[in-house]
Parts: sequence; C-alpha cells; structure tokens
Amino acid sequence: MNVFYIIVGMMIVTYIPRCLPVFMIEWVVIPRWLNRWLKSIPYAVLGALIFPGILTVDKNLPLIGVIGGVAAIIISYLNLSIIYVVFGSIMVTIVVRSLLYLS
Amino acid sequence: MERERGLQAGYHQPAVDYDVSQDKGQLFFGMKAAIPIVIGFIPVSITFGMVSVQSGISLVNTVLMSGLVFAGASQLMAVNMLMMGAGAVEIVSATFVLNLRHFIMSMSIMNELKHILKFWKTILSFGLTDETFSLLAVRAQETKVNQYYILGLNFTAYLSWVLGTFVGGSLASVIPETISSGMAVAIYAMFIGLLVPAVRANWRLIMIAVTGAVSCLIISKMLSSGWSIIGGTIVGAVIGVFVLEEE
Repeated sequence: MNVFYIIVGMMIVTYIPRCLPVFMIEWVVIPRWLNRWLKSIPYAVLGALIFPGILTVDKNLPLIGVIGGVAAIIISYLNLSIIYVVFGSIMVTIVVRSLLYLS
Repeated sequence: MERERGLQAGYHQPAVDYDVSQDKGQLFFGMKAAIPIVIGFIPVSITFGMVSVQSGISLVNTVLMSGLVFAGASQLMAVNMLMMGAGAVEIVSATFVLNLRHFIMSMSIMNELKHILKFWKTILSFGLTDETFSLLAVRAQETKVNQYYILGLNFTAYLSWVLGTFVGGSLASVIPETISSGMAVAIYAMFIGLLVPAVRANWRLIMIAVTGAVSCLIISKMLSSGWSIIGGTIVGAVIGVFVLEEE
C-alpha cells in the first residue's frame, strides 16, 4: 500500500508542471539559462542513477556491475534496441559472475 | 463531406472555409502519428514492467505507476530508489525535479495551442512526454492542430505504454531463474540504453551525466542515496547551463 501512495505522490508532482502552463502562458517568460538547466536534468539524473548505484549490482564484487555496464554501453553504442541492451548486459553479468565466483 | 475535407486536410493545405478546430476526424491522424512513438515505447515499457515486478513491486502497482504517472525515466528511477530503500519523500521529490522539464515543454506547446479551449488543454497536458512533445512541436509549426489530433496522439502513446508495462510485468514471473539472477543489472542497462543514444547525438551531454554521477557520489557520503540522486541531478544540470548551446 505504501508503494501506492508513492505512486499517487509521483502522479501529482508530475502532472502539475505539465498542466500549469495552460494557465501561466500569458504572463510568464522563462529565461534562457533556466531553459538549459531544465533540459539538462534528464542527463544529470541518468548519470546520478547509473553511478555509483551500478557498483551495488553485486555487493561483494562491484566489478560485476561495472562489466555489465560496459557491456550495456557497447551494445547501445551499436544502435541496437533497448531490449538487446538489457538482455545482453544481463547475459554478460551472469557469465562474468559465474566465472569470477568459480575462480 | 465535412469529414472528407477534414481527412484531406490532414495531408494537404486546408480548404479556405475549412475549420479544423471541430474536426473529429483529426483523431485518426493523431493516432497514426503516434505509431513511431509506440514503436519506441513498447520495448521500454515491457522492460520497465519486467524490472519493476522483478524488483518486488506488485503487478498492480507497476501498471498503476505507468497509468497514473506516465513518465518513463521517473518510473524507472522510482523503482531503482525503492530497491535502494529510499523513502516516499525522497522518491516524490526526485520525481518532481526530474519531471520539471515538462514545464518548459508544456510552456512551448501551450504557446502554439492558444486556439484550443483551456478545458481540453488541462486534460491533454497529462499526456505530455518527451516524445509526444517533440512530435507535436514540429507538427504545430507546420499546421494548426486541434484537440482531437492531440487526443489521438497522446492516447495511443499512453495505451501502448500501459499495455507494454502489463505485458512486461506479466512476463516477469515466467523468466527462468538463471536470467533473473542477473536482473539486478537490468535497470542500470536501461539507464545506459537511454543515455548513450543521447550522448551519441550530442557529446556535450556526457559532461552533464558525469558531473551528475560524481556529485551524487560525493553527496552520498553525507546524505541518503535518495537525496544524493536529487543533489547530483541539480548540480549536474547546472553544468548544462554552461555547456549546452542555444537551439
């Protein structure tokens, strides 16, 4: 149930910025620097989400997450669909993990 | 006859006496325009559904998140933060910061839609995403779009997002054990899969992402993981103010 309340909270804070301009457009001008800041947010958040979080994929061996991440970078750099990126990275992680834990 | 002209107007210059604003036929053109967005949404929503259910969030809540929030990156972020044990305030605050950019997009779109009733725009603004925005921004420059066109566009994209989430979430339980043991990396692979194509298109974006990551690491020494993601985002985006060019 707790997750449901979080979802409702997320819904409210996501809808407000989408909807407010309907009523504000006549009297607000956004400065250019603010425009660039807002546009940069998705890339900043992706960076913050990937690292250092990826080190916790395997709490005993942070290297496993790093290798899985490098695999994902390579696959997505080849312009393949996100499905391939995700499953390719999972496969590499599984193989690397079994190799590292065997040795 | 009226509808016939409306259909033609979807492709050609509108007839002189043709008023697009009440043409319900535009709904169909909006739906058709959504096809490329749907193709992009389906793999992402299926993967989101899988990752979310695998991480322990129920199928109902996973589908509800897609249906109520309808903002891909923030949904993945929320799943990730829940996995890290972040609290509700952190998750909702991070969602707010991440989705603030929709404010800019909405401002720019609403500027083009002054001919549409506020009642309609209040409803339609729920369907604003990075993808529907970019399509609509281009379209509104070319021709006058009406509420039915936007409704068709947004609703088709929305439906594919919610259905894809359901399919992915349902598949999560039939994934073989060997694969699900590697699922912990899936969400990071997804973040990377979203970031890399953007960086390929504009290399300056990597500076923003790296600054976000490094700031997040530094802040995580002092604050919880949830707040360090919020902090890393705010600091990383400041770099964007200096490195991004004007369009």
